[in-house]
Amino acid sequence: MTLKTQSTQETEKLTAIIDDSVIKGLALEGDTLHNSELQNSELTSNAQSSAQLSYRHAFMLVLKRDLTIAMRHKDDIINPLLFFVIVITLFPLGIGPEAQTLSRIAPGIIWVAALLATLLSLDRLFKSDHLDGSLEQMLLSPHPIFVLVLAKIFAHWLITGLPIILIAPLLAVLLHLDENSYSALFLTLLLGTPVLSLLGAVGVALTVGIKKGGVLLSLLVLPLYIPVLIFATSAIDTAALGLPYSGQLAIIAALFFGSLTLAPFAVGAALKVSTN
Amino acid sequence: MWKWLHPYANPEVSYHLTNRLLPWLSAFSAIFLSIGLVWALLFAPADYQQGHSFRIFYIHVPAASLSMGIYVSMAIAAFSSLVWQLKLADASAAAMAPVGAAFTAIALITGAAWGKPMWGTWWIWDARLTSELILLFLYLGVIALHNAFEDKNLAGKAAGILTLVGVVNIPIIKYSVEWWNTLHQGSTVSKLGKPSMSLDMLWPFIFCFIGFSFLVALIICLRFRNEILARNSIRPWVRELVKKHNS
Repeated sequence: MTLKTQSTQETEKLTAIIDDSVIKGLALEGDTLHNSELQNSELTSNAQSSAQLSYRHAFMLVLKRDLTIAMRHKDDIINPLLFFVIVITLFPLGIGPEAQTLSRIAPGIIWVAALLATLLSLDRLFKSDHLDGSLEQMLLSPHPIFVLVLAKIFAHWLITGLPIILIAPLLAVLLHLDENSYSALFLTLLLGTPVLSLLGAVGVALTVGIKKGGVLLSLLVLPLYIPVLIFATSAIDTAALGLPYSGQLAIIAALFFGSLTLAPFAVGAALKVSTN
Repeated sequence: MWKWLHPYANPEVSYHLTNRLLPWLSAFSAIFLSIGLVWALLFAPADYQQGHSFRIFYIHVPAASLSMGIYVSMAIAAFSSLVWQLKLADASAAAMAPVGAAFTAIALITGAAWGKPMWGTWWIWDARLTSELILLFLYLGVIALHNAFEDKNLAGKAAGILTLVGVVNIPIIKYSVEWWNTLHQGSTVSKLGKPSMSLDMLWPFIFCFIGFSFLVALIICLRFRNEILARNSIRPWVRELVKKHNS
């Protein structure tokens, strides 16, 4: 009896280790410097003899991996940001430098540019993983796809959404945005850009298997972005008038939490369809 | 309880069901539409404020509510195809998408034609108009996604997921007139019990609405039949049908 249970325990441990190494293998990406560190953590985690990799652990691993890859390809971070800045500078050149007009249309311009920059960067979310096969490995791993997808989306937001939020006030100065609106701009971007990443992930997951997915992606995702755009710009406009904008902010927050809970499921299902 | 539904998962049985339904649907839609449209366009009293131009209402409102109704039924079909893996549900969703897009376009165009004399503008960025426009984009996205895949099964699943994500828009359109009190007028027909329009205006509307619903069912039925045949073209029963048709 005891022997039998022992052996089953052993096999459980073994499978846990294998799962670990599959994900860790993903995390490595042929990197020797990180290798020793990760192996160390692997050893410690095995020493803890947790039967399975916890959700948090799996989440952190995927997140760390995606951030590491992004750090190796810095242009992936910089290019969408540059795009964001250039699009915004185009508007004063096209419309004219009158401060009044600019401050009137600033919220819309900043938000539309943020939307387009996110859209441009979405492709990276699953494409390379799909091409080198690591996406299928993730789908095959015993961890819930929800956690892994959420980690990837979070990494995407850290790489594209966060820099946009950081640089937006600077561009708002260039566009003569009303002084009352700065906090509203910051808050709507803080709550809104994750929604863009989450909803965009659904679109990318649906089109990742298609060869000419780029244009189709924008066709699918942009209609879904419209509510965020409407409420965000409305909140900033209301703030400029000195009125409370908590209502619009609450709706964006609702969109955020709704998509946070539901979108990863849709992404998981879509990835299963796309990788077939 | 659901036993009577099971046979219809078989494409052949469903195909014959559509065969039996088609004459009824076409007869009903012809009768209701001809009565309803003639009554609405010629005999119903003119509105005291809007004059004769209000008569476009009899096409605009059925088209608009059917555009949402088709989307909801498409979402139900997509859901059942994703959950219970019914292949025919995919086929029906594929059959519905272009019909829904067409009715959304009709609603938008008739709305513009109605808005010009009444509001003095073809288009206004009103909440309901905008959300209906988003609905059109969603339909077009679903159709585009459907066409992007070579494999019909994958296409159905992917489009199904997109349909379900987009279903959030439906309540927004439905209640936009109540949430944001903008230019588009409130609902006149569906207030249960006491509709806010007179009865001799309401009756032709009911005929029109039922007629358009049958028309939609008819078109979807025809498209659904085509989908079944296209997807099962290598099956022996389809070949039999073709042989019978040719001889």
